[in-house]
Amino acid sequence: MPGLVHVTTTINGNQTDFLCEPRQSLLECLRDVVGMTGSKEGCNDGNCGACTVNMDGRIVCSCLVLGVEAQGAEVNTIEGVASAEGLHPIQQSFLENAALQCGICTPGFIVATKALLEAEPDADEARIRHWLAGNLCRCTGYDKIVRAVLDAGERMRAG
Amino acid sequence: MRAIDYQAPTSLSEAVSIMAANGDRARPLAGGTDVLVQLRGGRREADVVLDTKKIPELNGLNLNDNGLQLGAAVPCFQIYQNSAVAAAYPGLIDAAGMIGSIQIQGRATVGGNLCNAAPSGDTIPPVITLSGEAHINGPNGWRTMPAENFCTGPGRNALENGELLVAIQLPAPAANSGTAYLRFIPRNEMDIAVAGVSSTVQLDASGQTIQSARIALASVGPTPILATAAGDSLAGKAISDDAIAEAGQLASEAATPITDMRGTIRQRHHLVDVLTRRTLNIAIRRARGEE
Repeated sequence: MPGLVHVTTTINGNQTDFLCEPRQSLLECLRDVVGMTGSKEGCNDGNCGACTVNMDGRIVCSCLVLGVEAQGAEVNTIEGVASAEGLHPIQQSFLENAALQCGICTPGFIVATKALLEAEPDADEARIRHWLAGNLCRCTGYDKIVRAVLDAGERMRAG
Repeated sequence: MRAIDYQAPTSLSEAVSIMAANGDRARPLAGGTDVLVQLRGGRREADVVLDTKKIPELNGLNLNDNGLQLGAAVPCFQIYQNSAVAAAYPGLIDAAGMIGSIQIQGRATVGGNLCNAAPSGDTIPPVITLSGEAHINGPNGWRTMPAENFCTGPGRNALENGELLVAIQLPAPAANSGTAYLRFIPRNEMDIAVAGVSSTVQLDASGQTIQSARIALASVGPTPILATAAGDSLAGKAISDDAIAEAGQLASEAATPITDMRGTIRQRHHLVDVLTRRTLNIAIRRARGEE
């Protein structure tokens, strides 16, 4: 039986060490080993995007990454989006536009949105809907989310 | 998922030894978007998961006069974000940019798409029509095979125990050639093709005559299908709606679809006809430099 593996990774800028079984997903490691429960488990097979994290500059489904693959990687999660000064403009826009109801999908949407708007703060509605196609929301019907992302883009362009 | 051993070798020889020592109990891992789901769901079993992302030969994306050497572990986003590759192989980009979500494209690979050998694998038809070759290494050394021979059945490929798909070699795109891939899905994104078609055409210098064409189909048979008669029917023909319609008909006849939750036999034959005509027209425009 393979034993536990020692993984050294960077999560939200902090060097983090954890022990995991090779079979455990990065999502399991974040939630159950490291104790960061912001990333959510929805489908656990890459369809819903609730577990989205940013790994080495790309958004990925953390349920489709093994924890051991995070060795040496830079992982950014929902826990790293707000700063000491307060909420990120994307989070503020989601709140003000009521872009969430149950909230389970929200961390994934925000992590995915951040990757888009940091690269393309002027993304239009078609681009936003395409980029977020891998994030499912069963509550809002998406319109409020898209409006929030457009609003967040405006805020980020204004600096 | 049951317990596994994780290995991340840094050389091809080490990887092949691990694969050979574990036979069919070893599974290569590239993006993990298929294999981790299959291992978790019990559809595949493995004792050893071999991460291929630290092996240089599987992670190169080299475009030169000989064409494109595409490492089997290179994720889709790296392919479409490389502007030189995107300009040279727009038909491959059609497919690499439509697989799954942005999240999936951050990890999923063309090599993995081939190895997973789903009939619906979107990148497989363009690799076939672009005359891609699979470069395979194993305990007995190197071998190559045309991409159209790589998938042998649903979820089955031509790799022997101990072998790894190392890279896919695409020849340099010839002048006056073009490729396009389209699929039909009932949604805009995030779906599995009901049918998919890739067409590659080689035009003469005038851009009015098709010298040769290759057409490949997805999701309409147990493997992706090279529709040889359809492609050959265009060789030497002046471009016309009639010639393109005949190719569409022949491609439709080459399909051997089933009826399932995504579509019926009749619908899929029809879709192959339509998608063949559409992709031929896009490929011709691309060959002429019109898009």
